[in-house]
Amino acid sequence: MSGILNSSIGRKFAMALSAFFLMFFLLQHFSINILSVFSPDTFNEVSHFMGTFPLVQYVLQPVLIFGVVFHFVMGFVLEIKNNKARQISYAKNNGGANSSWMSRNMIWSGAAILAFVCLHFYDFWFPEINTKFIVGDMSGLMDPNNAESGFRYYEELQHKFVDLWRVALYVIAFVFLALHLLHGFDSAFQSVGANNKYTKGLKRFSKIYAIGIPLGFIFIAVFHFLNH
Amino acid sequence: MNLTLKIWRQANANDKGKMVDYPISNISPDMSFLEMLDVLNNELIEKGESPVSFDHDCREGICGSCSLYINGEAHGPDRLITTCQLHMRTFKDGETITIEPWRASAFPVIKDLVVDRTAFDRIQHAGGFISVNTSGNTIDANTIPVNKQDADDAFSAATCIGCGACVASCKNSSAMLFVGAKVSQFALLPQGKVEATERVLNMVKQMDEEGFGNCTNTGACEVECPKGISLENIARMNREYLSASLKG
Repeated sequence: MSGILNSSIGRKFAMALSAFFLMFFLLQHFSINILSVFSPDTFNEVSHFMGTFPLVQYVLQPVLIFGVVFHFVMGFVLEIKNNKARQISYAKNNGGANSSWMSRNMIWSGAAILAFVCLHFYDFWFPEINTKFIVGDMSGLMDPNNAESGFRYYEELQHKFVDLWRVALYVIAFVFLALHLLHGFDSAFQSVGANNKYTKGLKRFSKIYAIGIPLGFIFIAVFHFLNH
Repeated sequence: MNLTLKIWRQANANDKGKMVDYPISNISPDMSFLEMLDVLNNELIEKGESPVSFDHDCREGICGSCSLYINGEAHGPDRLITTCQLHMRTFKDGETITIEPWRASAFPVIKDLVVDRTAFDRIQHAGGFISVNTSGNTIDANTIPVNKQDADDAFSAATCIGCGACVASCKNSSAMLFVGAKVSQFALLPQGKVEATERVLNMVKQMDEEGFGNCTNTGACEVECPKGISLENIARMNREYLSASLKG
């Protein structure tokens, strides 16, 4: 058991577990964000709950950050190790003949997602942490001194999607997310040893998830751009 | 057929090596790829040049010796064949064909297109066997009931000829299809289950020590494997390894 995380298969397994966690998080994130399209009030209520509930803030949020950092760091560590396994490249290599572009370029789609995560943190997470833990305003209100001013979350979300360039960056990032998930989703199952009679169905579901979730996020971003 | 061959030439393991162009003519479309190389080598010998070294033995697709990376694919563009089963009719007259050795740090080039694949032997030595007492009291294997599906899957895994096309095709030079096949071949059968735990731990440990890369499930190995070894074998090895690690 002690050497499992030092082995190639153990690292694959850890990578897959963090991927499962992040894919579950993505679904949860999307479920909340889509509320902003159909019911701003519900979106505000749920956002406030997620932003102030201690279990989410002090347990799940650190676990999530660890999961994100672990997935990225392990991804780059494995890439470096894999590159060492072939130090002389082929003069002619026809990778497209036997594998998908997505599967061969996970590191690049992952790097694009990492860049997006930085932008997303700059846009939402850092200001949120600043308001709550540095300014000390846990009210979630637009005006903390006025209880009638209403929650600020929907307003902040809409405000972020005023600029076309930001919407364009988000759309591009979600395309990379789709490309990453198109390979990553069922690859994670293979890594934990799940290749069986359900694999065909799983592959179909993975395509729906990998395209559906990013497309949903694109819809939300464009919706707010058009309706701010 | 008239062709231009771009071939990797490397005098020895320490030589830097380079691609060299060889025009070749009057090649029959019905020749095998190795026969075409034989023709080239005859011409080179007649000219007093060093012939191109390449591995070959049975020339009927079962020994796993031939190991050429042709036009960017292991064993060339056709599927479920080894290089010796590849025919020149696959190519077009006038085509330029690039021929390289398997590229992997764990498979160093010995000369030209010949690579050292003893890393596979060492992985096999680490556990790719069953310890059967063969001193005359061995039980007839046919007397042990085996589930038909398990027997079929074990047989499919056992068809791996250890050519190394999986490593050559994988962008990470991963040997997991090979090791997965060898682990599965025994793990599925009652005779192999006895040593299953230490087998998978030892074989994976040896695989990692040899410097093969990690599997990222691109599936290139399965596509290029001349025996059609399935990715299911990698998944089975992952399960076996994780379960063995938890046991101890």
